[in-house]
Amino acid sequence: MATDPSREQISGGEPILAISELSVTLPRGADRPMAVDHVSLELRRGEILCLVGESGAGKSVLANAIMGATSHGLAIAGKSSIRLCGQELVGLPDRVMRRIRGNRIAMIFQEPTAALNPSMTAGQQIEEVFALHSNLGPAAGRQRALALLEATRLPDPRRISQSYPYQLSGGECQRVVIAMAIAMAPDILVADEPTSALDATAQAEILSLLRALRGSLRLGILFITHDFGVVAEIADRIAVMLAGRVVETGPAERIFADPQHIYTRTLLEAVPSLTPPKNDANEKPLESALLTVENLSKSFGSARVVDDVTLTLARGRTLAVVGESGAGKSTLAKTIVRLVEPSAGRVLLRAADLANLSRAELRAQRGAVQLIFQDPYGSLNPRRRIGEAIARAAQLAGIGRVASRQTALGLIALVGLPREAYDRRPSQFSGGQRQRVNIARALAIQPEALILDEALTGLDVVMQARILALLRDLQKKLGIAFMLITHDLRVAAQFSDQIAVMKGGKLLELGPTEQVLTNPKHPYTAELLAAAPGRRAQFGKPRTGEPAS
Amino acid sequence: MKCRRHSQRQTSVSALCGAAAVIGWLLVAILADLLAPLDPLKSMTPLALPGATGEGGVTFWLGTDLLGRDILSRLIYGTRTVVVLSAVATLSAYVLGVGAGLFAGYVRGFADTALSFLANVMLSFPVLVLYIVVITAIGSSATNVVLAIAFGSAPVIFRVTRALTIDISKRDFVTVAIGLGEARWRILASDILPNAAGPLTADMCLRFGYSAVAVGALGFLGLGPPPPTPDWGSMISDGRGLAIVYPHLIVFPCLAISSLMLAMSLVADGLHQLSLAR
Repeated sequence: MATDPSREQISGGEPILAISELSVTLPRGADRPMAVDHVSLELRRGEILCLVGESGAGKSVLANAIMGATSHGLAIAGKSSIRLCGQELVGLPDRVMRRIRGNRIAMIFQEPTAALNPSMTAGQQIEEVFALHSNLGPAAGRQRALALLEATRLPDPRRISQSYPYQLSGGECQRVVIAMAIAMAPDILVADEPTSALDATAQAEILSLLRALRGSLRLGILFITHDFGVVAEIADRIAVMLAGRVVETGPAERIFADPQHIYTRTLLEAVPSLTPPKNDANEKPLESALLTVENLSKSFGSARVVDDVTLTLARGRTLAVVGESGAGKSTLAKTIVRLVEPSAGRVLLRAADLANLSRAELRAQRGAVQLIFQDPYGSLNPRRRIGEAIARAAQLAGIGRVASRQTALGLIALVGLPREAYDRRPSQFSGGQRQRVNIARALAIQPEALILDEALTGLDVVMQARILALLRDLQKKLGIAFMLITHDLRVAAQFSDQIAVMKGGKLLELGPTEQVLTNPKHPYTAELLAAAPGRRAQFGKPRTGEPAS
Repeated sequence: MKCRRHSQRQTSVSALCGAAAVIGWLLVAILADLLAPLDPLKSMTPLALPGATGEGGVTFWLGTDLLGRDILSRLIYGTRTVVVLSAVATLSAYVLGVGAGLFAGYVRGFADTALSFLANVMLSFPVLVLYIVVITAIGSSATNVVLAIAFGSAPVIFRVTRALTIDISKRDFVTVAIGLGEARWRILASDILPNAAGPLTADMCLRFGYSAVAVGALGFLGLGPPPPTPDWGSMISDGRGLAIVYPHLIVFPCLAISSLMLAMSLVADGLHQLSLAR
């Protein structure tokens, strides 16, 4: 595998955090007895250790245990030991631990906006850290806060320090949180999915900032993520977690090149490659257009969220729409199916113009194009058994009451859920399972096109690969067209025939996947490609495509 | 943790006590014919004290009123009046308020503005004044008591339902249902209403208690069902002149009203906790 030339080689700093035999027990009745099961790990000064694994593997519980903040119902078991520079942390009274938190161990989170107090300016929040942990005066505190904002590479620190969180972007907020975290020059930074909620470009900036801080402050960073692109970008060493255990630890290069544990191999193989599979698109016969979007626009007040977009979706093909948040992708999707009224333009489904149908006519056409949302929790009525929800969609497609039950059971089996799922309510399923229920429901109405609005974003790579395989299969069998809205270029590369790039409501580029990814016409596309994390890394076995450059 | 579990258990214990009391009052209303020792309308010894014995060896357990009618029997038959009137009034208020609230909250636009304005106008009157205005306008009868209370409570229920509907209809599963081509009334019935049911049920119990008090208050003001129908409110009203000398005239009906109100509040509280826990 190729290494990042910009990465300085870090060798053998002294260990600052030594975890041995750490076990955290779950309350009785949970799916396993221990959230964290006899984990031993070491973090050295000036090192980034990436903790990877599926959701529910115990990564965040481990992080919280280090912070001395286990949630209710969890308990650290007997022989566990967490040593910070030789000092035992397990069993320290809260009063002492409070002084260590924020001072010597700092933490940053996935949602930077939630970590900040909405009623205080960024500057005040950083100054508060000094007020808590040092005897710096207010004036000196203000000076240091500005210096920190500068250190986190925020443009115009003076303006930022006087801004409230809502006035800042996600990336800026995360940098303010980082400034707070490094304010007391801690030994260790625990980062729990700190870039998952950010755009690719903001994510790239934060990653490079963390790399720089590791060097300049000699920070030990424990970085939790499920995104292997990010791991490839930032990790010095990797620890792989599965069901509470660390199954493999080692230097990043070694793990990527030669994974030992079968689970590590499964994870790496599930990471989609940025290189599209060769020739796939050319071999497929040309298909007629199913959905034609012509000059579609949507304005909210004076803001043009979707601006004159024209594209076609062919039968049995996949179009990926990529772009950062705020690019208008979701509004485009909702406007196409007219969940949002378009301001101008046409949406032709075969001959019918969806944008200009009356409400009754539209209802009859609704089934043809289905939308699946990002949040699998919100998309299901919590009071309805999932079998009934799927059966109802089948009934809307004209299937009788009795037959719809059979249809629903068939679809439940198709998406790989057990029969008993029919009578359960959404709360009894995990995120990945719920997303499969959503897919089953969308299929029940027998759509010709499926729009997936970041529908795979919250899932871990293994689940994502499984659902993508299912969708590919369905496309082959039923000829459904997919419109895949995503900010993950890897998924787009592997799954789409065409890519549309959006920014500020405008369609900047539209072309065959291979051409857009290898030879982008628009500079913004090139910018997006450059920001894709781990673009130089190759995960798992080489696929049908050529190896990454 | 321990503390929370403790308080949850306390809540469920008090909710069960409340439910038991409510069921008790319901049984009293249903079985009034069997439970009442005497005819509630028959005049016997006036102003007998509790426990006194009248002609023919009958015992007046809670005494008799000015006209010599047995207070216990009147109280038992009065339960019917209160329970039936307040239940019918509450249910009517719910049909009206929930229906209008779902409609306004889902459709929005002019219908919402108009209905909300109407509700605000009604809410700007003190409830009791509203009752009095309605009853004096349409006359006092059991039906009109129900109408007055139903119209008086409907605006509040309307507002609660409307707010819940607006909140729930913004959730993805409603958008999905629209996207599937589901009819509006079905979305309201199977997606929105079931998810609003939790808070609404808790509120309904509380409101049933309020209605019971309102029936009592209207009876007290002489706007309730016309005499000689036994009714807790009018019992208090009739007895209040002599209450200092003969406190038993008003103590028992007062206790009856407060116990029913308290029981309904406890049940409402329990249901609220339950819907939070879910």
